[in-house]
Amino acid sequence: MKLDRALLLHLGLLAALLAFHFAAPAYHHTNIARIMVLAIYAMGYNIAFGYTGLLSLGHALFFGAGLYAAGLLAYHAEGTAGTGLIAGLAAGGLVAFALGLFALRTAGVAFMIVTLMFAQAGYLTVLYFGSYTRGDEGIVIPRAGRMLGSLDLSDDNTRYLVAFALFAAALLVNLWLARSPRGRIMVAMRENEERSRMLGYNPFTVKLAALTISGLYSGLSGAAYALMFGYAGASLASVQYSILPLLYVLLGGAGTVIGPFLGALLMFYLIDYASSVTDAHQFVTGAALVLLILFAPKGILGTLRERGLRWLP
Amino acid sequence: MAAVTLLEARGLTRHFDGLKAVDGVDFDLEEGEIHALIGPNGAGKTTFVSLLSGRIPVQSGTIRFAGRDITRTPAHARVRAGIAYTFQITQVYGALTVFDNVALAVQSRHSRRLAEDTTEALTRVGLEARADQIAGTLSYGHQRLLEVAMGLALKPKLLILDEPTQGLAQGEIETFKDIVRGVVPEATVLLIEHNMDVVMDLAHRITVLNFGEVLATGTPKTIRADKAVQAAYLGDPHAAA
Repeated sequence: MKLDRALLLHLGLLAALLAFHFAAPAYHHTNIARIMVLAIYAMGYNIAFGYTGLLSLGHALFFGAGLYAAGLLAYHAEGTAGTGLIAGLAAGGLVAFALGLFALRTAGVAFMIVTLMFAQAGYLTVLYFGSYTRGDEGIVIPRAGRMLGSLDLSDDNTRYLVAFALFAAALLVNLWLARSPRGRIMVAMRENEERSRMLGYNPFTVKLAALTISGLYSGLSGAAYALMFGYAGASLASVQYSILPLLYVLLGGAGTVIGPFLGALLMFYLIDYASSVTDAHQFVTGAALVLLILFAPKGILGTLRERGLRWLP
Repeated sequence: MAAVTLLEARGLTRHFDGLKAVDGVDFDLEEGEIHALIGPNGAGKTTFVSLLSGRIPVQSGTIRFAGRDITRTPAHARVRAGIAYTFQITQVYGALTVFDNVALAVQSRHSRRLAEDTTEALTRVGLEARADQIAGTLSYGHQRLLEVAMGLALKPKLLILDEPTQGLAQGEIETFKDIVRGVVPEATVLLIEHNMDVVMDLAHRITVLNFGEVLATGTPKTIRADKAVQAAYLGDPHAAA
């Protein structure tokens, strides 16, 4: 990857997040760590939705797969954070691949419904096996399970830095993917599937690969979330967690590398602020989304890209 | 012309609810020729080439291409085998740059020289100076040329052009004719075309379709003299002159 302004922008963001670690007040420090983990999830969602055009309403299934892979391993099998992260990554990728084999036979609205249904089935499965998952109440992950080698993920500073490292890796891989020939094929599939087919690309395999990569991101994020915040509960695999990354991506800008982070950051603080001034904080976020769709349907960075920043990947 | 058969269709058939769009067509393409497919509107030309390119599944009959039976091969695999199809209604990626449009064709055949091959294809149609432009902002004529560049960039054995000159200005048509002449004999061209001047000028052989059946096949001269063709399509024998 050559050093150009796009790469510099992304490295700049990472430098700022690292600097924030040393300067931030504790409250925001924890928030940003959480946002970085959720942004990995949103980046994964964006690879499927923003780049490849797959509007899924079932990504909570992949996030949940990672969450419970790490959580159950730590709770029942004395797994550590290292095995948890790898298991989460693998679980997210495998579940996405398997779901894709079925769901990608459909497109458009049917795809939304099928993914939604599979995710609901996953959520109900978590509740059904309550004796292992502790259902809604959830698993509190023991301290020993949150050790990444000698690093203790329950420690605020360690947590921030590990979240940062995972986020940085996810961001740079995403940037590389977006600018690679493979990224161009994904965008081509989003823009015009029939044209892409007649250029020799198999729509099914291109989409299956994109969904699997998306699942890897989601699973990693789920595992990191469980291990860093010490909890895996059914609510984190509920439909709300399928909608959240969609909102983050729409707000920040679908099909941009930084958009998911920006969206997660703004949405998180919007909800945070709204709930401090009113009980009806969901009304505030809803209104923000309506305004967004009306005035900037391509999200913040999507709009900026249209207005001149064409180099934005 | 080397009389090696590149593509061979036998008894090719496709009906749509009783409409015999393509009905038992036998058809041969020789390597390196420019072959024009003509016929009145609704004669089944686009359906026929859609069967060849795999966009529509074959109902009955067989297609052999470069010695292989491709009757059941999916469209994307046929492209990789060397059949390129350019759309009748321009289908470039409007939101992507001209460069990206052609690069997508180049990387489809796993070229190691992505930038060079892309520029080469753009140069062949004279769009190299517009590589960074967003394709959707090109003029209609330039979009047609871009579509052709994407076909060329696939380095196909067979290039199927579906009404490529439709809506082009006279000057653009001349450019287009030069491009097509430059494609053969390395590749073979199958051309659906309504503009008889273009057909008579370019084609080595012509096949006339009517009501889904082959009415006649031959050189431009024999087709022009064919009474059945005149009755069915040309109407007035002077129209072809």
